[in-house]
Amino acid sequence: MKVFRVLKPGLFTTVQDLGRYGHLKYGIPISGAMDTFSFISANLLVANNPNDACLEITLIGSELQALKRTQIAITGGNIPLKINGQNAPMWQTLDVQEGEIVSFEKMESGCRAYISIRGGINAPVVLGSKSTYVRGGFGGLNGRQLKTGDIIEGFDASSLRFRYSMPEELVPQFTGKFTVNVVFGPQADMFPEKSIDTFLSNPYMVTLEADRMGYRLEGSTIEHKDKVDIVSDALLPGAVQIPKNGKPIIIMRDAQTTGGYPKIAVAITPDISLLGQAKPNDGIEFSKITVIEARKRFSEYQKLLNGLGRMLLKSQD
Amino acid sequence: MKSESHMSARHLPFGDTALVVEFGNTISLEINTRVIALSEAVQKAKIEGVEELVPTYRSLLIRYNPLKTSYEQLVFRIKDIEKTLKETATKVESKRITIPVIYGDIYGPDLVHVARFHGLSEKQVVKLHSEKEYRVYMIGFVAGFPYLGEVPDEIATPRLETPRLKVPAGSVGIAEKQTGIYPCEAPGGWQIIGRTPIKLFDPRQQPPALLKPGDTVKFKPVSEKEFKTIEEATLKSVYSSFSEV
Repeated sequence: MKVFRVLKPGLFTTVQDLGRYGHLKYGIPISGAMDTFSFISANLLVANNPNDACLEITLIGSELQALKRTQIAITGGNIPLKINGQNAPMWQTLDVQEGEIVSFEKMESGCRAYISIRGGINAPVVLGSKSTYVRGGFGGLNGRQLKTGDIIEGFDASSLRFRYSMPEELVPQFTGKFTVNVVFGPQADMFPEKSIDTFLSNPYMVTLEADRMGYRLEGSTIEHKDKVDIVSDALLPGAVQIPKNGKPIIIMRDAQTTGGYPKIAVAITPDISLLGQAKPNDGIEFSKITVIEARKRFSEYQKLLNGLGRMLLKSQD
Repeated sequence: MKSESHMSARHLPFGDTALVVEFGNTISLEINTRVIALSEAVQKAKIEGVEELVPTYRSLLIRYNPLKTSYEQLVFRIKDIEKTLKETATKVESKRITIPVIYGDIYGPDLVHVARFHGLSEKQVVKLHSEKEYRVYMIGFVAGFPYLGEVPDEIATPRLETPRLKVPAGSVGIAEKQTGIYPCEAPGGWQIIGRTPIKLFDPRQQPPALLKPGDTVKFKPVSEKEFKTIEEATLKSVYSSFSEV
């Protein structure tokens, strides 16, 4: 069922769900929405399943024309939007009539926003997921970002009689400054004490080399003990690699599955989601926590995600 | 290279959802064999909370659900499994695959350089490369890319000084003592000596990759005519590289 025609694709817009798991040993990255919290919220605001496919827009939004009456929600980085020229709010259920145009202005904070469609986006399931993996050329819409003229397909779903909205205190604010909690290891022992101090006590800045694969950071140089390379082993999103030049690289969801730079530390799950909203020139500070503390935070984060649906406000206006 | 295998494995945290069991920091058959044996054993043990295993050259990454298990619990279980491995040699299921390759010319633009680098003829390089059986040490870099080892010292060649922005799909390359195959077009710095017409990766297949760690690969030189015939058959899906060759 055709739901939207793409009038303008935006800077980099892809179809994503929560990710493609279980194929790392074949070299296939997890992919999926960069900001999990905002992604799930977008789905819940139109009463979808948390894993239904949405559009992920990056810094510059798309322009979409509705081909049928539908309901959508926009979450993520703060991006003013209009429906047929009228301002419309983020973080709530929105009605869109056939023929109406959804458009966006410049993103004011954060880096990525999500567009959910009532019933979810219909895209082929490749290896268990609808997520686009551009480098591999599969998933989403023919394995690529959206382009002008594309048609977004959806599923038949009844219109909601209620409007859901996110309680204000749960709407994340992205200030351009991120504190990222990390668990040290697996190769933290390749760095002297001095380098660990440097890593933890200095702010780093996201460079222009930042995309769904990873972020190169600028800041104080982190020196290795002696060896600067390792024999390649596995990577997961959140890994902080230190290459020869001593500037950290944070691995994100579309990155290669193995790498030969030592990993000083790995960001915890809730903070990887937060990092999905980091853009060039944003500041990042690393903070060390133990594996035990990290597990506690993971558990709290899951509780928050699982309970999110019940915390939404419901109105009938 | 001297093998630096740890007497006992090291267990290292990888964020809040994974742990790494590290057996050494070199490319060696012994280390990789231990990695794959542990991977198979953990798979079979069906441990609560374990979600995915990623065997590499020298370590096994175990991704887990922290709501169902903990780092400490898992390390304890894994150490137990390691003990049983020492007692019984585990049989690992693996396959042997022959990969047709057209060497040199436009298909292998660096064959000339590799030959010159070692004072060999192109023919000798092809013979040395295709005579040996290689072990799949791991799959990584891009979907389905096999890291194979090890090539004879006589043809081990450093990477290109400036990587290419585009290496065509099917390209067969050498980087030091490793050899590998690009399953799709990608940037890369390996010395490209030939190309295979067969598909190494197909997301519509299960499993999606032709090779897995522990498998054995042998390259078979083919003529341009044979290359084209197999290429056509592959496109029509008549020639299935996913069944044993």
